[in-house]
Amino acid sequence: MAAEQSELKHTPLYDLHCELGGRMVPFAGYAMPVQYEGIIAEHNWTRDKAGLFDVSHMGQRFLIGPDHESVAKALERVAPGNFSALKPGRQRYTLLLLETGGILDDLMVARSPAEEDDGSLFLVFNAARKEIDDAYLAERLPEDVMLTAADDRALLALQGPAAHDVMARHCPRAAELSFMQVTSAAFALPGGGSIDIHVSRSGYTGEDGFEISLAGERAEEFARALLAEEEVRPVGLGARDSLRLEAGLPLYGHDIDETTSPVEADLAFAIPKSRRERADFPGAERILSELSEGPSRLRVGMRPSGRAPVREGAQILGEADSVIGGVTSGGFGPTVGAPVAMGYVAAAAAAPGTAVRLSGRRGAEPAEIVPLPFVPHRYRRQA
Amino acid sequence: MTTRYSKEHEWVRVEGDTATIGISVHAASELGDVVFVELPEPGKKLEKGDEAGVVESVKAASEVYSPLSGEVVEVNAALEAAPQTVNEAAEGEGWFFKLKLSDKSQLDGLMDEAAYKTFCEG
Repeated sequence: MAAEQSELKHTPLYDLHCELGGRMVPFAGYAMPVQYEGIIAEHNWTRDKAGLFDVSHMGQRFLIGPDHESVAKALERVAPGNFSALKPGRQRYTLLLLETGGILDDLMVARSPAEEDDGSLFLVFNAARKEIDDAYLAERLPEDVMLTAADDRALLALQGPAAHDVMARHCPRAAELSFMQVTSAAFALPGGGSIDIHVSRSGYTGEDGFEISLAGERAEEFARALLAEEEVRPVGLGARDSLRLEAGLPLYGHDIDETTSPVEADLAFAIPKSRRERADFPGAERILSELSEGPSRLRVGMRPSGRAPVREGAQILGEADSVIGGVTSGGFGPTVGAPVAMGYVAAAAAAPGTAVRLSGRRGAEPAEIVPLPFVPHRYRRQA
Repeated sequence: MTTRYSKEHEWVRVEGDTATIGISVHAASELGDVVFVELPEPGKKLEKGDEAGVVESVKAASEVYSPLSGEVVEVNAALEAAPQTVNEAAEGEGWFFKLKLSDKSQLDGLMDEAAYKTFCEG
């Protein structure tokens, strides 16, 4: 984080962030707003109404080949999903896996509903991993499948219980989507005219909401149209972190990395039965063994008993103060109204209700292992 | 009453030989939402520059240093239940502790409001 502000890349919304009073900080090589009015206020606004997030620093990619089957099979070389069976208009959460069974990145994969887009999948990589992912895929893709960067596109997220009503006013087609569905649509502007968007019903807050990809040059107009709605306020990366932590969602580079397996990370849902049977994804040996024998450690939630937040890096202590794990994310949960943390513990100590101690900067404090998420998800599932 | 400031962004107001100490409005704003405050024990003797407490925001923890030497005579226990007071009134209700000063000449090393303002802008 030694980079000067001037060396940092800007998203298409940089000027708008500054105009809105965003406090800009370096994040994954970009100048990004960590907060506007304040993290807790923005967090609560998102849980109550709708928050607008700029996530244009993330890596938008198209994986393109002759037909869906070819592209799906190419992705299946590096990720454990069953993408051949991914229906048009659907999105999946998946992982890029290493031969060691560690996680190179976690990402969303979407298949457009339009027949003319067949043979193309839309991927969203973590900002800090996009170059690494590009290189990893480049080495492993067949000749007829290409990965192209959509760096000219912006990515925004509209999250919260009011997101549906706001979207319905501008783009009824998007508002009809259920969780993990995607579509292309025209977003109507208040002054007339419209903007073409790719929209998915998903997010990183645990709330109902949308992620919207669009041409970077239209991003500011789009954001202003949403911010003109009384339910919508801008939300920075600070609240994005506290929201996803309460929702129990792992953050790459903190809660998951090249050493953690999907089983340890409690992400085995991303490996469907057909892929387990075929055992043909990177790291299958370790991952399948962990699925049958159980992993040695597990990602869990923790509630410290005091009021002080426990931070990433704190040790998790078991009986006789033996070190049984470590905290990978920790902070104050505004909706919970108390500190919350996530980390890895020895499998024997991972059951909810287990008493542990967390050893941070001010000595060891009692905490309890609790189920994730801390705040229930409120996704819009299909009826 | 004159308010003086340290380079570590504490403020000090002296009455007789007792100083009230907290973190500046600027520091509180930079920290963001304060969610936890750890205060020194009353009776504790602090040397100038000693760690006197901790203030935690949603994002991070920061130490609070004593800008002066002396003995802690009172702490603002209300902050434990209402840490957000630090954001609402950093240089008023959000004070941290009171110190019985052992060397009032140390005050000369602190900045006045104008100097502190320049310091923050620099």
